[in-house]
Amino acid sequence: MSSIPLTHILFVSTALFFIGVYGLFTRRNLITMLMAIELMLNSVNINFVAFNKYLYPHTLNGVFFSLFIITVAAAEAAVAIAIIINLYRNHRSIDVEDAQEMKY
Amino acid sequence: MNYSSYITLIPLLPLAGFIILGLFGKSLTRSAGILGTFLLLVSTVLAFYTAYNYFFVSGKINGIYPPVTALHYTWLSFSPGLSIDMGVLVDPASVMMLVVVTFISLMVHLFSLGYMKGEDRFATYYAFLGLFTFSMLGLVLSTNLLQIYIFWELVGVSSFLLIGFYYDRPAAVAAAKKAFIVTRFADLGFLIGILILAYYGGTLDFNMLIYRLTATNLSPLTQTPQIGFMGISLLTWALVLVFIGGAGKSAMFPLHIWLPDAMEGPTPVSALIHAATMVVAGVYLVARLYPVYLLDEAVLQIITWVGALSALLAAIIACTQTDIKRVLAYSTISQIGYMLFALGLSGYGDTATGYSASLFHLFTHAFFKSLLFLGAGAVIHFVHTNEIREMGGLRKLMPLTHITFLIACLAIAGIPPFAGFFSKEEILLAAWENNRFGYILGLVTSGLTAYYMFRLYFRIFWNRTPSYSNHHGEGSWTMKGPLLVLAAAAITVGFIPFPHFVAVNGQEEITVPLRFSIAPVAVAIAGITIAYVLYFKNNPLPRKWALAFRGMYKLVRHKFYFDELYLFITKKIVFNGIAKPAAWIDRHLVDGFMNGAGWATTRLSESIKALQSGSVQNYMLYVFGSIIALAAVFIYWT
Repeated sequence: MSSIPLTHILFVSTALFFIGVYGLFTRRNLITMLMAIELMLNSVNINFVAFNKYLYPHTLNGVFFSLFIITVAAAEAAVAIAIIINLYRNHRSIDVEDAQEMKY
Repeated sequence: MNYSSYITLIPLLPLAGFIILGLFGKSLTRSAGILGTFLLLVSTVLAFYTAYNYFFVSGKINGIYPPVTALHYTWLSFSPGLSIDMGVLVDPASVMMLVVVTFISLMVHLFSLGYMKGEDRFATYYAFLGLFTFSMLGLVLSTNLLQIYIFWELVGVSSFLLIGFYYDRPAAVAAAKKAFIVTRFADLGFLIGILILAYYGGTLDFNMLIYRLTATNLSPLTQTPQIGFMGISLLTWALVLVFIGGAGKSAMFPLHIWLPDAMEGPTPVSALIHAATMVVAGVYLVARLYPVYLLDEAVLQIITWVGALSALLAAIIACTQTDIKRVLAYSTISQIGYMLFALGLSGYGDTATGYSASLFHLFTHAFFKSLLFLGAGAVIHFVHTNEIREMGGLRKLMPLTHITFLIACLAIAGIPPFAGFFSKEEILLAAWENNRFGYILGLVTSGLTAYYMFRLYFRIFWNRTPSYSNHHGEGSWTMKGPLLVLAAAAITVGFIPFPHFVAVNGQEEITVPLRFSIAPVAVAIAGITIAYVLYFKNNPLPRKWALAFRGMYKLVRHKFYFDELYLFITKKIVFNGIAKPAAWIDRHLVDGFMNGAGWATTRLSESIKALQSGSVQNYMLYVFGSIIALAAVFIYWT
């Protein structure tokens, strides 16, 4: 178990996070952007669990936090998809570049 | 005697009239006037009842009529030592004024029923009259300086409203504005005076203030060497400033310029406000603070000379005016000058004569002067002009107005046994005893008064055959009735033993020796005779005389160029010297700063508005970029 050092896990989570950031910036499709956000959230979850396991093994705070984040992510996905559906009804498209009316 | 049960009703009934007529007047139309008059009738009856109770039921205690605070409650309490109270003060002067104000106001209300008939804003007119009567009664009954100041301003506002009653006439609007600004300017002095007195006297209440300033030497105001401004003691400053307020309201020289113009208002209003009641507020104010004024002889001297000068100048100007109401206006200034003259005279040692003589003259003047104005109103109503050059021979057409006007003229000229004779005698006696030069000025003024009043009388009622047909009669009984009642008053009120009732320290009657009356009466008769020679018949004499003294005539005809002087000061000096730079600063510095701030903000936002692109991913880029930048700062900077 402890043969995997913490830094490896952190490397994975960081990579996951920046893959998410990259996806968020480059994708124009809102569904894909939502998926990118989920990636970022999950990288944070990995961090929480890893730190809890390696630094404070007697407590469960990190695990609870990640459970909490999963719940929030589910709710957030529901809201985001509702917004996307509404956007689609108005614009006949879910491309972010088609929704740029809110400017100066 | 307990007055509190009914005395507040006296001012509150006119106020109720104001509120009712102001809110529902439009639907009441004709009955608005009757309602207002009825409310005032009740007030008048109560005022007479109060006077009866005060003078005859309560009577004197230790030889004087004691001041009674009939009602008192603390309105604004700032600290244990300082509070603003509202109350009702009953003393000889206020009871006398109560009677005068309600009575004259009632007469004017009645007269207006006929005079203002058919006006569009009939109800509004009565509402304003109610407001004025309320304010004036409040002023008279005030227990303290701040209360009197509040009502003082209310009186000013109602005067403004009534002068500008015909608001579609530019002259009336200008006159209302002028009256308001001039009196407001004077009231500034009054307010500062009040603040000084209140600060150093430690109280606003009249009786308390008088007690503290006169009975003890503890007040810093009387310890002159320590506290002062520009080498003059604070007491003097305060009293002079208060007097300036009074002089403004009483149209004393050099603040008299608003009163003649105020004649643009309806004539009954002139009778009520600008002859009998409001303009004597200044006299009343000085009389109210009289024991304090006695502390400072210099201020009393100022009052004497301002009064004497106003009396003389206004009388001279009145001789050349041809607008019937303006003659009466200048005559009012002259008579109020007389009152203040008498009031100031008492400072020369003999304390009581001038005080009661002054208030006596105020009392009698109210009756005959409102009679003159109402008579003039009846004449104007009949001939539809103010110019006496277009009148003449009206005695056959308006017999009743003629007789009452004659009575009023005799009264103001000081012919026995009419009212003005008695009060004028007392004033001249006070002058004779204290100030011989003032006595001569008073005598000259008295002669001039007789002259210009009879000039008016002969010019209107005799002079030439009338060019008017008797088409609508003299006016209804609502107009004739008040004239008759006031004429009766002008004959009889002189016989009231006035000093017995109103005196500063309860001094008894003033006896005027019979031979003393010879000179004033002779002067008055001389004045009347000159007026008779010049104006009884239409002859070229007045024109010839005017030509002979061309320069002087022109100077007086233009009222000594006071209006022009004020216009020069305000338009040329104040306007160019103060108003224009102030306007420049406002327009360029203050506004410039504001506009500059706005301009800079606009430019800035124009240049950075492209940041708000509407693209979500751009915004995210800013967020992440900033976070990375912050992270970099926190990691490598600290």
